[in-house]
Amino acid sequence: MGISVHCDIVSAEEEIFSGRVEMVIAAGQEGDLGVAPGHAPLLSALKPGPVRVIKQGGEEEVFYVSGGYLEVQPNVVTILSDSAQRAADMDEAAAMEAKQAAEKELANQSGDFDYSRAASQLAEAAARLRTIQSLRNKLR
Amino acid sequence: MAVGKEIRNQISSIQGTQKITSAMQMVAASKMRKAQERMSKGRPYADRIRGVIGHLANANPEYNHLYLQEREVKRVGYIVVSTDRGLCGGLNGNLFKKTIKNMKEWNEQGVEIDICAIGQKAVGFFKNYGGNVVAALAHLGDQPSAHELIGSVKVMLDAYDEGKIDRLYVVHNHFVNTMTQEPTVSQLLPLQAAEENDFKHHWDYLYEPDAKQLLDGLLTRFIESQVYQGVVENAACEQAARMIAMKSATDNAGDMIDELQLIYNKARQAAITQELSEIVSGAAAV
Repeated sequence: MGISVHCDIVSAEEEIFSGRVEMVIAAGQEGDLGVAPGHAPLLSALKPGPVRVIKQGGEEEVFYVSGGYLEVQPNVVTILSDSAQRAADMDEAAAMEAKQAAEKELANQSGDFDYSRAASQLAEAAARLRTIQSLRNKLR
Repeated sequence: MAVGKEIRNQISSIQGTQKITSAMQMVAASKMRKAQERMSKGRPYADRIRGVIGHLANANPEYNHLYLQEREVKRVGYIVVSTDRGLCGGLNGNLFKKTIKNMKEWNEQGVEIDICAIGQKAVGFFKNYGGNVVAALAHLGDQPSAHELIGSVKVMLDAYDEGKIDRLYVVHNHFVNTMTQEPTVSQLLPLQAAEENDFKHHWDYLYEPDAKQLLDGLLTRFIESQVYQGVVENAACEQAARMIAMKSATDNAGDMIDELQLIYNKARQAAITQELSEIVSGAAAV
């Protein structure tokens, strides 16, 4: 059994995950980052995307966060998510639909078009899909 | 029978009131369960973010954020969270009493006060009491959403950024259990370090992206989440207090009805006895 660290994933609505993990992999603002036990104290903003945790014993679980913050302390890793979801609960069809809708909106721009909003919607839909696909790969 | 007509009227009007209060009690009980659920769901996030901020205040950040600096107090801000509706016992009264007591201490030191009132009762109270209300928000309903709060919170944060206020407090009722709600005043800004002092040495986080951008977002998020949690907790307190108040009102109405019923019965018996004795004495006279 490898060394492990306590990890909490909470969203504004509820606690999503709490337990000992061997590794946390999240989509940081400046690229994906993996946090192993003994990591230096770190604060990072998170992009919408999957968070993978390797639980004690090697079992892996995937969550989806729509942005938030990651804090690393010597004895605990905390993910404060705006909204988090267990990847297994996510609906691929709905995510695909959201992505297509966002792409369509980006494609036919009219005068009073809120570009940044549409772009962030697209990023979020793409991140959801990425989460589902990474979950799928794992199952295969 | 003409006897005790007023008493009977009174009894039936009290019965009407009792029906209303017992209905309100049941509505409050079911709403309380939902409000409590909402409160306990939000708690982990609020606790964790408070933990992170506590660590942060203990760290020695390369970038000294405005929210982490203590400065001389000339003006303080209060965010007072109250309910929208009354009939919930002494809940709001106790809260305002505590707030006023706290404000008095500042006033004695010659410090001025700005107020952000959340909830109809606080808005009304500070309109009567006086006080510099800079932001007001009411009618949040049973399911307060974070979006609605952000505006009023931002007013206070902007005031802090511009140096108009030097301290920020939030006042709300703390949900201890169904029977007990405790008004609490907690300091939001500047941030206070966590109690635990296991890191004596000089340390700091790695920041991604840079510290300023990160801390701006995180600290604003923290304040919002604390205020939101306060509002949600206050909503649970409101329902609990209302349930208890309505329960005792129902019980009191029941006691009053019993008493009146006794008086009514006595009056009726006295009237019958009197009538009988009149008949008997009338028959004897013939």
